[in-house]
Amino acid sequence: MAQGRRIRIMVAKPGLDGHDRGARIIARAYRDAGFEVVYTGLHQTPEEIVEAAIQEDVDMIGLSSLAGAHKYLFIRTVELLREKGAEDIVVCGGGIIPEEDIPMLKEAGVKEIFTPGTPLGVIVEWVEQNVKPR
Amino acid sequence: MSQVFDRKVFEEIEKGRKKWEKELEKIFASAPERLERFSTVSDREIERIYTPADVADLDFERDIGFPGQFPFTRGVQPSMYRGRLWTMRMFAGLGTAKDTNKRFHLLVKEGQTGLSTAFDMPTLMGYDSDSPRSRGECGKCGVAIDTLKDMEDLFDGLPIDRITTSMTINPPASVLWAMYIAMAEKRGIPRKVLGGTIQNDMLKEFIAQKTFMCPPEPSVRIITDTVEFGTKEVPKWNTISISGYHIREAGSTAVQELAFTLADGIAYAEAAVERGLDVDDFAPRFSFFFNSHLDFFEEIAKFRAARRMWAKIMKDRFKAKNPRSWWLRFHTQTAGCSLTAQQPYNNVVRTALEALAAVLGGAQSLHTNSLDEVLALPTEEAATIALRTQQIIAEESGVANTIDPLGGSYFVEALTNQMEEEAWEIINKIDEMGGMLSAIEKNYPQQEIADAAYHYQKRIDEKQRTVVGVNKYVTDEETPVEILEIDEELERLQIEKTNRVKSERDNKKVQECLERLTEACVEDRNVMEPLIDAVKNYATLQETCDVYRKVFGEYRDPGIY
Amino acid sequence: MNEVVEKVVAGDVRTVARLIRDIDDGVPEVREILKALYPHTGNAYVIGITGAPGVGKSTLVDQMVTHLRKRDKTVGVLAVDPTSPFSGGAILGDRVRMQRHSMDQGVFIRSLATRGHFGGLTQSTRSAIDVLDAMGKDYILVETVGVGQDEVDVVKSAHTTVVVVIPGMGDDIQAIKAGILEVADIFVINKADREGTDKTLSDLRLMIDMDHKKYEEGSWKPPILKTQAVFDKGVKELLEEIEKHGKHLIESTGGLHVRRKKEKVRDELVEMVKSRLYEEVVNRLILTGEFDRAVESIVEGKLDPYTACDDLVIPKLDL
Ligand SMILES: Nc1nc2c(ncn2[C@@H]2O[C@H](COP(=O)(O)OP(=O)(O)OP(=O)(O)O)[C@@H](O)[C@H]2O)c(=O)[nH]1
Ligand SMILES: [Mg+2]
Repeated sequence: MAQGRRIRIMVAKPGLDGHDRGARIIARAYRDAGFEVVYTGLHQTPEEIVEAAIQEDVDMIGLSSLAGAHKYLFIRTVELLREKGAEDIVVCGGGIIPEEDIPMLKEAGVKEIFTPGTPLGVIVEWVEQNVKPR
Repeated sequence: MSQVFDRKVFEEIEKGRKKWEKELEKIFASAPERLERFSTVSDREIERIYTPADVADLDFERDIGFPGQFPFTRGVQPSMYRGRLWTMRMFAGLGTAKDTNKRFHLLVKEGQTGLSTAFDMPTLMGYDSDSPRSRGECGKCGVAIDTLKDMEDLFDGLPIDRITTSMTINPPASVLWAMYIAMAEKRGIPRKVLGGTIQNDMLKEFIAQKTFMCPPEPSVRIITDTVEFGTKEVPKWNTISISGYHIREAGSTAVQELAFTLADGIAYAEAAVERGLDVDDFAPRFSFFFNSHLDFFEEIAKFRAARRMWAKIMKDRFKAKNPRSWWLRFHTQTAGCSLTAQQPYNNVVRTALEALAAVLGGAQSLHTNSLDEVLALPTEEAATIALRTQQIIAEESGVANTIDPLGGSYFVEALTNQMEEEAWEIINKIDEMGGMLSAIEKNYPQQEIADAAYHYQKRIDEKQRTVVGVNKYVTDEETPVEILEIDEELERLQIEKTNRVKSERDNKKVQECLERLTEACVEDRNVMEPLIDAVKNYATLQETCDVYRKVFGEYRDPGIY
Repeated sequence: MNEVVEKVVAGDVRTVARLIRDIDDGVPEVREILKALYPHTGNAYVIGITGAPGVGKSTLVDQMVTHLRKRDKTVGVLAVDPTSPFSGGAILGDRVRMQRHSMDQGVFIRSLATRGHFGGLTQSTRSAIDVLDAMGKDYILVETVGVGQDEVDVVKSAHTTVVVVIPGMGDDIQAIKAGILEVADIFVINKADREGTDKTLSDLRLMIDMDHKKYEEGSWKPPILKTQAVFDKGVKELLEEIEKHGKHLIESTGGLHVRRKKEKVRDELVEMVKSRLYEEVVNRLILTGEFDRAVESIVEGKLDPYTACDDLVIPKLDL
């Protein structure tokens, strides 16, 4: 024992689009930054993601969407966490998200949105500063 | 034999080279080279200069030849763009079938010579709009098709006996194709005259794009059904578009794209031969689909190498005799993954360069991406600029005046040879694994691509590779771009429409059709006729795909990272 | 504390998940909770699944879960994946294969990283098993990569340990001989759809037979099964074999509380004492700076490591 807290992150692909290049790359970057990453694989519903996140006791869920369904998928994920009393799990999103959707997503409780081109280092740093391992 | 260069020449060249390099050393001693290492997008190292010595063994007849002649390095048709320009085929599809139909009419009016349909995610995965899995995705990145009614609306008023239609669809390709055929037949147009393409390439889905439904083996079986049916019934249709595009988008290198795509082609051809088809009956209907990325010369070399390799594969490996079987005809799309959300207008320039590479590489048809593709679905204006880009290349730049203008360039020929050689190595490895299906099962291509993608991203992050506006020449100001929004109402309306169709059809008839489809699946009979019957009776996309899922099982993401 | 115990026993998912996290992160307070939970344990049947990377362990676990659920049994899964020695991070990829059970309330799946626990992996996994046991899961499946001693030790706490191999693992069979053989209650040749299955089967059989002297009259001789996890072939038979092994345990030990069998208890307690000692002593030494000072002295050649060790340990243990 006596390990100390370690950041645990769930990298999840909600929805039907299969573009997991970004999700896979970010999973590796998190690992290389010393985080423990649970990857859900593709084609997940928000319900499946939230249930898994609770069982895995992650500190953050990173959602990736590239097919325009982020509004429903991201917001539903946040809602479900709230319903289950797990709103302390930080939710972040990445992928093709139009600039003008970002305020609305943040309003709904998505903590941060990373648009294409954000360097991995910047994302990792954001996590280190904003996600506390319980 | 027609050796391009004489041995004696090399000695002279070597002497000249030594002299030049000495001079260079002096220069670089005071100011070093701009970069420590010069490399392509795929991180292939590039030399300072190329000379005949780099293509010492080049044989004109064997390696280059004339367009329309084996090994087709310079192009498949003898006339290439001197005869007819490439097909400017722009992908379109949004919202409902009616919306897309409007866009199609507009594109035809604008001078587009072929239609290309994008479907929404639920359609691509074989789900109806009312499935719980479809929530929030209906009509989002393409058109939603649930029943034949949608297909009828999609092509309403369009001259489908004269234009060709390309449908980007994979696991449910057989179903959508059946709908297209059914729609045509209802309008009195016979199958025989229909021209177009279904993507129908499942192997690259397991490797890269991850739109999957059934496991690899039954997937290839259904594809082989379509190949067989097409060969006999719809002779002008391209039944598979063997796609490297998505492999590249998933992060592969240029050589990986080349090798994995050709290996997929080999697997499909083997399956069709095993079915008892004559290679010369089906191979001419195979078409390819490549990515055109930013590294100009590497891409051109890739296209040239691809043609040469496929010709050899068909002739030597499959013993095809019909020269048409040796042809690698390909569609190209500029690289979506090369576009940036930052300073989006730069994307017009990137796309122009990529399109130029595709043209110099001898593409048969081309889609140019819109500048706003990374932000959302393209607006009409952005899509028009993208089309104009092709028209400028075709009619203003003069690059289409002569065939294969880069043929004979020391650099391009050397690169073509090098890529071919490396791609053979990968193909041999896949052969040793027992073919593409076993390689996929061992996650070999998936793992290779994941590694390449991570390496590429690392290089960008560490600024070893410049991406203008992202890691260099960055500005703070945001460029406002107009963005196309999809109406959220659409989902409800589409579901209503499908429910209406379901309530008006003969349900007993539908059940019978689905049972016949099930039998065909189980008893290993061709699925196409039962499918056409089923969709004519308005069985939905999901109802037919559920038959596949039930008989063949569902494939789940192995989650390779 | 009582509240936590109550919630765990009542099967509250969030509480269980957080408790396992505390165990994994080495929060000292969990010890009291584990003590209070212990009386609620001993009802679950623990199955260990181990084998080389990629042999199909997770796929097999996924299918076993499906079968157990069909029989209305509740299931807990602990999937252990290696921590990267370079970054200390990990990608825990087992869950991907089992994610279809995520919405099933009768299934709890947890991924754990090895974290370089110095033997503590065994300890924390064992505690996690206890938690799932107290939570009321009928079966607990523990997946580990059978590479390190640690991972092998983990499956020793199972009632039944399944060692998974694949066809054509000639050299690896040798490796198994060296390490995992003695822990195997059942051998599974997965991916039996592949060539070389029969060869592997006869190799394994030979190996077991050579060891036959070890199996006295009436003792359990590990059977070898063929499975094709992706195609759900042979999985039902595997569960039947596990059941047989369970019966054998009951007959030979007079109860399912194998984990309370003397040998097992001894093993487990030794482990526990070891890691507790390690934790208490090393942590304190690191905190006071004594450890680093000793390292320096050895590096500078002022002290030999033997003396350094004595100096560090003897006063702390009052030897
Ligand atoms: N051909 C075949 N492939 C299988 C079978 N079982 C599993 N696989 C495949 O083997 C690969 C690895 O499977 P996993 O279940 O992840 O293996 P694992 O042992 O859990 O892997 P690690 O946790 O990474 O050590 C996957 O691609 C599976 O689909 C089988 O019976 N036959
Ligand atoms: Mg596993």
